[in-house]
This record gives sequence, C-alpha cells and structure tokens, in this order.
Amino acid sequence: MLVRGENLSCERGGRLVFADLNFALGDGGFLQLTGRNGAGKSSLLRLIAGLGEPAQGRLLLEGAAPDVPLCQYCHYVAHGDAAKTVLTVRENLLFWRDLLGDGSLDAGLASMNLTALADYPAALLSAGQKRRLALARLALVQRRIWLLDEPSVGLDDASQLLLVALMQNHLATNGLIIAATHVALGIKPHQVLHLGGTQ
Amino acid sequence: MKALAGLLRRDLLLAARQGGGVGTALGFFLTVLVLLPIGIGPDQATLQRLAPGMLWITLLLSVLLSADRIFQQDFEDGSLDVMSMSALPLEFVVLAKAMAHWLTTSLPLAVAAPFLGILLNLETATIWPLLLSMILGSIGLSLIASIGASLTVNLRRGGLLISILILPLYVPILVFGLSASTGDANIAGPSLLILSAMALASLVLAPLAAAAALRAYLK
Repeated sequence: MLVRGENLSCERGGRLVFADLNFALGDGGFLQLTGRNGAGKSSLLRLIAGLGEPAQGRLLLEGAAPDVPLCQYCHYVAHGDAAKTVLTVRENLLFWRDLLGDGSLDAGLASMNLTALADYPAALLSAGQKRRLALARLALVQRRIWLLDEPSVGLDDASQLLLVALMQNHLATNGLIIAATHVALGIKPHQVLHLGGTQ
Repeated sequence: MKALAGLLRRDLLLAARQGGGVGTALGFFLTVLVLLPIGIGPDQATLQRLAPGMLWITLLLSVLLSADRIFQQDFEDGSLDVMSMSALPLEFVVLAKAMAHWLTTSLPLAVAAPFLGILLNLETATIWPLLLSMILGSIGLSLIASIGASLTVNLRRGGLLISILILPLYVPILVFGLSASTGDANIAGPSLLILSAMALASLVLAPLAAAAALRAYLK
C-alpha cells in the first residue's frame, strides 16, 4: 500500500496554507510532519483523512481495493478526544468498535493500560487519560494508516512508552503512520516533511 | 448495520444519562399549556376550539428546543470526524441520530400531548385522532430538525437560527396534522395519508440534505 500526495495545495478561509507538497509513503513507513504553528500540519492530516479537499493536487492510494475510499483505511486521532463524558471507557470503545469495524475490546483497553479504568465514566478521566482513551482506538480496530496529530500531548512517561510500542508494532506489521509532532517520540521517522517554508 | 445499531444505541444511552432532552421539552410543553388558558381566558368553548392548534404549535416549538443538540456535541468533540471515516455513509449517521432524537424527544411529546390537552378542555373524541396524527407528524419533525441542526452545527447559539430555518418547513405538517385531528373522517383519512407521505419523504430527503451540510462543515 502506498499513499502519495502530488502537488497538494490547501486553502483555509481564503489563505493559502501550503502549496505544491509532494510525499509518498509505503508499507511500514513513518512520516513525521514538522513546521511552525499554522504551517498546515493538521490541515494536511485532515486532507488525508477525507476531512477536507485539496485546493490543488491529488491524493492517491495505491495497492488498495478501488471501491474503498482512502479515509476508510485511516485512523485519525487529533485534538478532539471524541469521548463522551457520560459513557464509561468501555462503552466509548464499544461504540467505536461497532462504528469502525471489528476488533478486540480487550486489546484496545490493554494497549493504553486502560483496563483498570474500563468502568469509569470518561468524565472522571484526566486530560492525559482521555488522550489514552482516544489512542486506544488505534489498537481497538485494525486500520492500515494512522494519522496522528500531536499524539503524545498530555501523556505521562509510561503512556508515551506505550504509544511508542504501539506505533513500533504497527510499523513492524506493515502499517503506515503519518504524525504531526513537535517532540521527539523516540521512534526515528523514515521521512520528515517540513511544512511552512514560506512565511 | 452493526454500525447503525451501535450509533443509535449510543445516542439513546447518552440521552438517558445526560437528561435534559425529553425532560426539558416536556417541562416546556407543560408550562406553555398552563400559560395558554391564563392568556386566552377561561371561556371553555373558546379553549376547546383552539386546543388542537395550540397543542400542535406547542409541540413544534418543544421539538425545536432540543434540535440544536442533535449534532453539535459530536461536531465539537471530534466524534463526527471519526464517524465520517467509518464505512457507514454520513446519510445513515444522520438517520440514526434523527431517529434517536425522535425516540427520546418527539415521540414521547407526541404521545403525551393529546392527554395534556385536557388542560385546554380538549374534546375527548379528538384525543385519538390527535394522537395518531401527532405520532405520524413527529417523525417528520425530528428529521427536518436534523437539517436545521446540521446547517447550524458550528454556531454557538444556533437554536434561534434553527427555528427561523425550520419552522417554515413545519407548516405542511402543521396544516395536515390539524386537519387529521378534526374528527371528520372525510377530511382526517386523506390528511393522515398525506402526513404519512410527508414522514416517508422526509425519511429519504432529510438525511441527504443534512449529510450534505455536515460534509460542507467538515471540509
């Protein structure tokens, strides 16, 4: 599977965020997006997730079923934790499992060390724990491409190690990761795409 | 199918745990019904004549009260982003959420309204036709409300705008809902059929319209 962006341009609110962006990422590849605030890292991730349309250029997915859109191969974890506060951790994950496909609830809970918190309402979780709940989606349902927007924000050291292990495992099983992050995650990216060359 | 059921189950669970939905709407409904006789005066014949119309209008307003919440929270916390990446088309996401709104708000109101009409000296013979027409009409009310909710999904105070956008679309349901509850079988029969047709039409058209609006906001 190969994700390719060709001459991508993105506009938000009439302002050109980035232009003529090219990248290609294959199986087991890890692409790190860097750049100052507002350079378009999140916008690029949203484009790939199907939550936006490029002003120019195109996104291609090679080596996949032609009738399945790119976004259905992707997991997208961003600033919104997409967790409902009145539901328990388990209920939140069960809902995402039903919606996104099949998966193992136990694997999802264990991946981010949430098993002990499974029956807590999400309202009682701290910001870091909520982030872990959002990240647990990655292990809950198998999808090839992970789009991560600042995935380690709010995580303590132990949880960061869990995230790194999760990502390494995903890469080892031919998964693809595109992550926007300012901090070094402890995994060496195979490619770095620097956005915002122009001010 | 599993995704649709999961979404519906989640929304029902949310409504049950969060409260606010049907409780507020029913409270509002009851308050207006108590205020109406005070405003109109105690003449029982006048009240009886006005009762079906006032019940219908109060029903429309009560349904609108909770309409802005259909998509807003999911839009703000990123849930809608993830939903749009599932294999379930956004049209069915809308359908599930409109159904949850119907089950938790419109339907309970439609069932309770004819009986609360006793407060307005509603003729007892009108209760059953009114119940039937309100249940049929309420399907369209929730579905059309989902259009308004999707159009105002990123507005902080979208509730008022929804009313302006949606109330005109409620007029046909109001007209035929009222004529279906007259008790005259010659008028009520065809009116009920038209109400059913409108419920079915909104079942098909509202998800298309609302999903298009949501896509525009997500992109």
